[in-house]
Amino acid sequence: MLEGIVQNAPLLAIMLPLIAAPVAVLFGNKSVAFYISGATLVLSFALCVYMALLVSDGSILSYHIGGWAPPIGIEYRIDAANAMVMIIVSAMGALVLPYARASIEKEISPGHHTMFYACYMLCFTGLMGVAATGDAFNVFVFLEISSLSTYVLVAMGARQDKRALSAAYDYLILGTVGATFFVIGLGFLYIATGTLNMVDLADKLANSPDNKTIRAGFALIVIGMGLKLALFPLHRWLPGAYSYAPSAVSAFLASTATKVALYVVIRFTFSVYDASSGFERTTLEYIILPLAITAMFTASAVAIFQMNVKKLLAYSSVSQIGYMLLGLTYLNQTGVAASFIHMFNHAMTKGALFMAVGMVVWRTGSALLPSFAGIGRTMPWTAAAIVVAGLSLIGVPATAGFVSKWVLMAGAFERGWWPVSFAIVGSSVLAVIYVWRLVEVMYFQEPKATTKDPVREAPLAMLVPTWILILAIVWFGIAANAPVELARIAADGLLAGGFDNGQTVILGIPGR
Amino acid sequence: MKYHLILRVVTRLLVGPILLYGLYVQFHGDFGPGGGFQAGVIFAVAFILYGIVFGLRDLRNRFPDRVIHQLFALGVLIYAGTGFVSVFLGANFLDYNVLAEKGYEGQHLGIIAVELGVGIAVFAVMLAIYYAFAARPPRIDDKDW
Repeated sequence: MLEGIVQNAPLLAIMLPLIAAPVAVLFGNKSVAFYISGATLVLSFALCVYMALLVSDGSILSYHIGGWAPPIGIEYRIDAANAMVMIIVSAMGALVLPYARASIEKEISPGHHTMFYACYMLCFTGLMGVAATGDAFNVFVFLEISSLSTYVLVAMGARQDKRALSAAYDYLILGTVGATFFVIGLGFLYIATGTLNMVDLADKLANSPDNKTIRAGFALIVIGMGLKLALFPLHRWLPGAYSYAPSAVSAFLASTATKVALYVVIRFTFSVYDASSGFERTTLEYIILPLAITAMFTASAVAIFQMNVKKLLAYSSVSQIGYMLLGLTYLNQTGVAASFIHMFNHAMTKGALFMAVGMVVWRTGSALLPSFAGIGRTMPWTAAAIVVAGLSLIGVPATAGFVSKWVLMAGAFERGWWPVSFAIVGSSVLAVIYVWRLVEVMYFQEPKATTKDPVREAPLAMLVPTWILILAIVWFGIAANAPVELARIAADGLLAGGFDNGQTVILGIPGR
Repeated sequence: MKYHLILRVVTRLLVGPILLYGLYVQFHGDFGPGGGFQAGVIFAVAFILYGIVFGLRDLRNRFPDRVIHQLFALGVLIYAGTGFVSVFLGANFLDYNVLAEKGYEGQHLGIIAVELGVGIAVFAVMLAIYYAFAARPPRIDDKDW
């Protein structure tokens, strides 16, 4: 039994949550849905940790779906980079679920609860699948699974605020444009090489002369995924979607969805294409780098002026994505590792922030800044969580955010790009301003005198998952060895180019 | 529904053959053109035609939304379940070869099961889409904005 689970680990981590969705709908009972989702998410997380341990020596796991050997068959291919993204997604999925159970009681009409769990599980499956698969077209399929369910999840915020519907529609249109660009890019790649398996693609691309089809494919893939990951000028859908979605959905999406899209860009840029030279390198240095730095400043500046706290956090997410992209453009081990570390740390930070803000919304009924007045006194634990996560967002020592900015700076110095380090510090100062605005309102303003029920601390079901994240932020701020090591192994694997450097361990039965 | 005698009679006559044709496409799908996707749509067309002629309410009473939801969940479950049967039999996910004694028989069996799942899911989703469009209130109330 255990041997069977271990041998099918990459598959079970993705397919068990998928099964949970139809089972939930079939039973049509929200408690059943919750417990099945919870069980599969915890198991999925455990399997991801196990796989991360397996690949931490630089080896690559491979699983052949349907018993067909790649490049013909679909392959799940997991190295340190995937494993890290999968850990982020599964950990956040498992932590947000108990929070969601309490949160959606108020935010989503009771008739939709079962469907919420089903969509949540589908979204989770899609994100995990994108991270795990080694087949380029399979990436698209999983991406659509996650995107379509995300649109529904965002639209479920309509009970709180009708603008959720237009936000979901915006996201639907732009997300579909992104996915279309991506799949056209894959089409170009397929025309040029005749294969869709990433290992095979990398092999064929390395041996074929540079041509316009291949370049166009790269451009389309980067732009398509740029839309999905909210690369600076393509981020228009993000603030609306994050601010009007139900709090639990915001927390889950903000910490996972953009990271998974970013992972796809990284995988294609480094493993499928060759990022070290030519067109791809130029794209990174002359397009991605300026856009990343612009994002860091503009989005932070916009965040400062937001009245809606969820929107503030959403714009802050756009700027944080800038940091993650920045690391890539260094093209050295420290820089790429910094991207992964920041993905990991930002997932915890932004997840905790959205969850804490969600608790305030749960109690006060509004995400506008005035409703945060005096929260420091009425909801001390929630306010403290916002402060710690806010410090991590700025990058104060002893929080996770510090570690990622430290590594990011180290990478910049290694590359000899010291002006970039000023940009990192400069945009962190902007983060200080918007976090401080929040702190000021929470601690230095009198609580609003409400007529009926006074604002109290949020229920434990929401508080506990948030504080687990807060403790994780502090823990990984002080003892950052594990994520940093894993990120460095991931960076080594990516920078070596191709997708088959390292010993390949085939799990399950080798395909025919 | 007192009028439109021809329409009613022709519809009643057509529903049966359409269902039969849907089943033909479904079970033809594993070794020829066709399969669950097309069959699901054709199968749903029979119901949609019935709904258009005899009224949505009539159809919805017989196939309530709840049942439709369960059906499309069931379809997905059959597909994924087939994959898990292979896992339980000691092979990889969706490896049909272990489903029967001979490899090619297993492939045959597996594809029929999977197509059945697809067919049920597509049928239910088509009906759900039809319900969603046909059941729309004619205009949006001012309060709903």
